[in-house]
Amino acid sequence: MSSETDTTERARPEPIQAVPVRHPGRWVAVAVIGVLVAMFVHLLVTNKAFNWAFMVDEMFRPPIMEGLRGTLALTVLAMLIGVSLGVVVAIMRLSENPILRGVSWAYTWFFRAVPRLVLAILFGNLGILWARIEFGLPFDRQIGALFGVDDFEARLFGFSALEILTGFVAGMLALGLSEAAYMAEIVRAGIQSVDEGQTEAAQALGLSRTQILRRIVLPQAMRVIIPPTGNETIAMLKDTSLVAFVPVSTELFFQLKAVGNRTFQVFPMYVAACLWYLLLTSVLLVGQYYLERHFSKGFGKSGQAKIRLRGITAEAGGSASEAGR
Amino acid sequence: MTQVTTPAGAAGTAGDGVMVRAEQVHKSFGSVEVLKGIDLEVRSGEVCCLLGPSGSGKSTFLRCINHLEKINAGRIRVDGDLIGYRERGGKLHEMREKEIAAQRRAIGMVFQRFNLFPHMTALQNVAEAPVLVGRERKAAARERAAALLERVGLGDKLGNYPGQLSGGQQQRVAIARALAMQPKLMLFDEPTSALDPELVGEVLDVMKDLARDGMTMIVVTHEIGFAREVGDSLVFMDDGVVVESGAPREVIANPRHDRTKAFLAKVL
Repeated sequence: MSSETDTTERARPEPIQAVPVRHPGRWVAVAVIGVLVAMFVHLLVTNKAFNWAFMVDEMFRPPIMEGLRGTLALTVLAMLIGVSLGVVVAIMRLSENPILRGVSWAYTWFFRAVPRLVLAILFGNLGILWARIEFGLPFDRQIGALFGVDDFEARLFGFSALEILTGFVAGMLALGLSEAAYMAEIVRAGIQSVDEGQTEAAQALGLSRTQILRRIVLPQAMRVIIPPTGNETIAMLKDTSLVAFVPVSTELFFQLKAVGNRTFQVFPMYVAACLWYLLLTSVLLVGQYYLERHFSKGFGKSGQAKIRLRGITAEAGGSASEAGR
Repeated sequence: MTQVTTPAGAAGTAGDGVMVRAEQVHKSFGSVEVLKGIDLEVRSGEVCCLLGPSGSGKSTFLRCINHLEKINAGRIRVDGDLIGYRERGGKLHEMREKEIAAQRRAIGMVFQRFNLFPHMTALQNVAEAPVLVGRERKAAARERAAALLERVGLGDKLGNYPGQLSGGQQQRVAIARALAMQPKLMLFDEPTSALDPELVGEVLDVMKDLARDGMTMIVVTHEIGFAREVGDSLVFMDDGVVVESGAPREVIANPRHDRTKAFLAKVL
């Protein structure tokens, strides 16, 4: 009893007013960085080679905007190919079938080993291999020869490789197929991050392998798959500039380069390219931030806590209404 | 057992009334032999409790019964059907994935770590399998799932995600999820071992209800009280073999084997 009264009667101590630690290093850093920034701004303003007026005048012209549209379309289409094929390759990699596993491994090995630039140029020149690409019975001529029929052809439809495989489609395929190899690794990591007990519980309920993957494992793997996919999309946006060398003409970097070459003002157009890519990736970064926040809901530490909190309030509400009954 | 009332318990039993018959079951992980010839018979409607020190192989044996683990030798029959294989002309043929899945539907399983699907509500957890596997209409499955959750005392938690439920509540959802497939046999793998002590009772109560309704159950557990009160038979396993078995009260009160005595002395 006496101790309790003691604590209530004891005066509250004075708040601490200590002298804060000084940070002279910070001031030195501010000075050094300030000088460097000043030098850089001076360069931007005074160096005539930047030719700012010309750059701003050129970088919004219709051909450039068309190139911008092409770049965005290429990014979206290549990522669509990459993600869908990547899921398939990842599932093959985790399959029990050794043939599928081997094919998947070889695919990933090839497309990760060859640089995207080389791949893009190679795809742009595939027309050298075939004049036409046709679909039908494989080895039809050889089969025909076997039965003594000359010029036996069983082909359903075809198109000219030179028309299709140059430019945009070649670039899209090169980027998409290469992306699939990277996405496959990401999806595989996502699938493997899901607790083994989930699969076992679903197996015990009698679900089939595909049902387990589609309904139980993949939805939970998304949480792990989404954030790196955002990174991949940003990387893809930048890598679309590689197809300028296929060449793909409806592409941002190609168009900017073309203006530079035509007007002999190469440097300002490279700066324009920097600014365009900076702007585009910044937009994607903002999108990625919200996407990640959305998908961490219900998981992770803060997400779990939020759900708990909602549960607790719901419970409190529930018990109150019960009492009212 | 005196009565068999639930449709699950009444669902076609083999002529001799034996639900599970294991003969000389052997299982190895690599060079380690975990099960060294298990013989076990569980009659329809019986509650069989598997006891034993950790590492004695009781959980592994339970997982063999629904073919989550492949056995290396011996036979396991559930309701007269060989699990995981088909015998034809004196030869064993491996079953296809689909056939194994079909066998598992008749066998419910409850795990130590619940293994609820975290991205689904309690109701979705229970209704998912009947829709996907049993080809049940969605509305009908949801109605039945709600009734099952009501039965395990969670009628007010239908819309809650597993992360919003306590361990005991999660385990009860897991039991309802297994019951939704209308199994003729339920396997419990240490269902209360991951629970806080004050939550154990609510899960055991649900299991007692099930037992009363005549469900055939095999329960791996450390709850001696449950085994004594609810169990029809008790099997004590150690080091991959059945050391002794019999009526629970009898085995617990007068263990014949030294290893059983030593184990019971530690847990009682």
